[in-house]
Amino acid sequence: MFEVIGERINTSRKKVQAAVADRDADYILDDVKQQLEAGANFIDVNAGARIGHETEDMRWLIDTIQPIVTVPLCLDSPDPAVLEMAFQMVKKTPMINSISLEKDRLEAMLPFLDGKDCKVIALCMDDNGMPSNANDIIGRAVLLVKELNKIGIKTESIYIDPLVQPISTDSNKGVMVLDAVRGIKNKFPEVHITGGLSNISYGLPQRKIINRTFVTLMMDAGMDSAIIDPLDKAIMATIKTADMLLGHDNFCGGYLKGVRSGAIKS
Amino acid sequence: MADLSAMTEALVDCDEDKLFELVNAALAENIPATDVLNQGLIAGMDIVGEKMESGDMFIPEVLMAAQVMGKCVELLKPLLGEDEADGGANVIIGTVKGDLHDIGKNLVAMMLESAGMNVHNIGVDIEPEEFIAQIKEKNAKIICLSALLTTTMPMMKKTVAAIVESGLRNQVKIMVGGAPVTQAFADEIGADGFAPDAGSASKLAKALLN
Repeated sequence: MFEVIGERINTSRKKVQAAVADRDADYILDDVKQQLEAGANFIDVNAGARIGHETEDMRWLIDTIQPIVTVPLCLDSPDPAVLEMAFQMVKKTPMINSISLEKDRLEAMLPFLDGKDCKVIALCMDDNGMPSNANDIIGRAVLLVKELNKIGIKTESIYIDPLVQPISTDSNKGVMVLDAVRGIKNKFPEVHITGGLSNISYGLPQRKIINRTFVTLMMDAGMDSAIIDPLDKAIMATIKTADMLLGHDNFCGGYLKGVRSGAIKS
Repeated sequence: MADLSAMTEALVDCDEDKLFELVNAALAENIPATDVLNQGLIAGMDIVGEKMESGDMFIPEVLMAAQVMGKCVELLKPLLGEDEADGGANVIIGTVKGDLHDIGKNLVAMMLESAGMNVHNIGVDIEPEEFIAQIKEKNAKIICLSALLTTTMPMMKKTVAAIVESGLRNQVKIMVGGAPVTQAFADEIGADGFAPDAGSASKLAKALLN
């Protein structure tokens, strides 16, 4: 089944930042509840935007959210110290967002992840920057899986982010990432594929139709998770419907439930 | 007399065949290559920039227009004097240390180049010292700093501070941009300007040079 990582609790969003600065627990709880009701499978928590306040903001956010959250948290920070603190606070096995092949990031994150029970998002980014072709993405995914396996993280706990790039800058960027996902799933059938989707439509008008069409193509290629806004009803309905069409929904139960609840409309 | 505004229009429409025809006709009529470049092509790209800023043209169309313009400039190069072929003011552009994103930065570089500036796109993950060395080496009039991450925005501040410390601040204008960057942030770190997209960046650069 497709796993939605709800992206809304991020202090780079203005309203969230204001709520965190004011310690407005009601706002945060309301937002998380809405994401849960919409079907989020993880709640991402990013406290990085108020520079110099990340540790205390992350601690407050987890303290606030934890009592009501029914799904695992996705702890989103580049700082292993912040992640270590957050990891000690959570009650459910969390997802860590994220590790990459950038030397500094990799060297900082591996000791933190070593021996931990968690899921981890692994970005196909290295010190050369964004990948430039499908084989480049696949090669980076192979290295990430190898590094993570070495420290005891199982392949099925790894969520590879192939890094979706804007199709407005190069008409082949869609095919490139689709081919990469197929290649990665071919090498590692148990690995998960996740990531943001909206980069694909950067620089073009009517972005949502692009994002929705793209997610169905990505799901066919093997994407089984995405970092998105679960309150975007249209994309959630598209994902549920595509999941059914790809044979992941026995007796169309999830689809029909979605229709009855009003979440899926023709 | 050839119609330079028709050239401008053909460029905005990305009509490559028509543009080549008009450029060749203009040159056959002995219209100076400089006029073709400035009043035909660069004027056309100015309109493209404005249309991008107002949301009437989109990145793929801007890229196409820039590509068509690039081909015409190749055509004009042998006819331009050394100074003109060399381009205008020297501009340095790069993504700050710790940040590897380059798509937006490359778009800005392309628009500034299309506006007739002599752009040195020095890449991603650039140390403050490297920016400073480049300002000295190229005698740059403008430096553009890019950052896509909230975690690398502080590096913009450090880079600006390093430029101040190097004593070069008065000879160079500093522009900043990237998804999380705002006018308020630009003001806070003492940059001369902020642009939300490549079209406005080109306009801002021209304003800063005047």
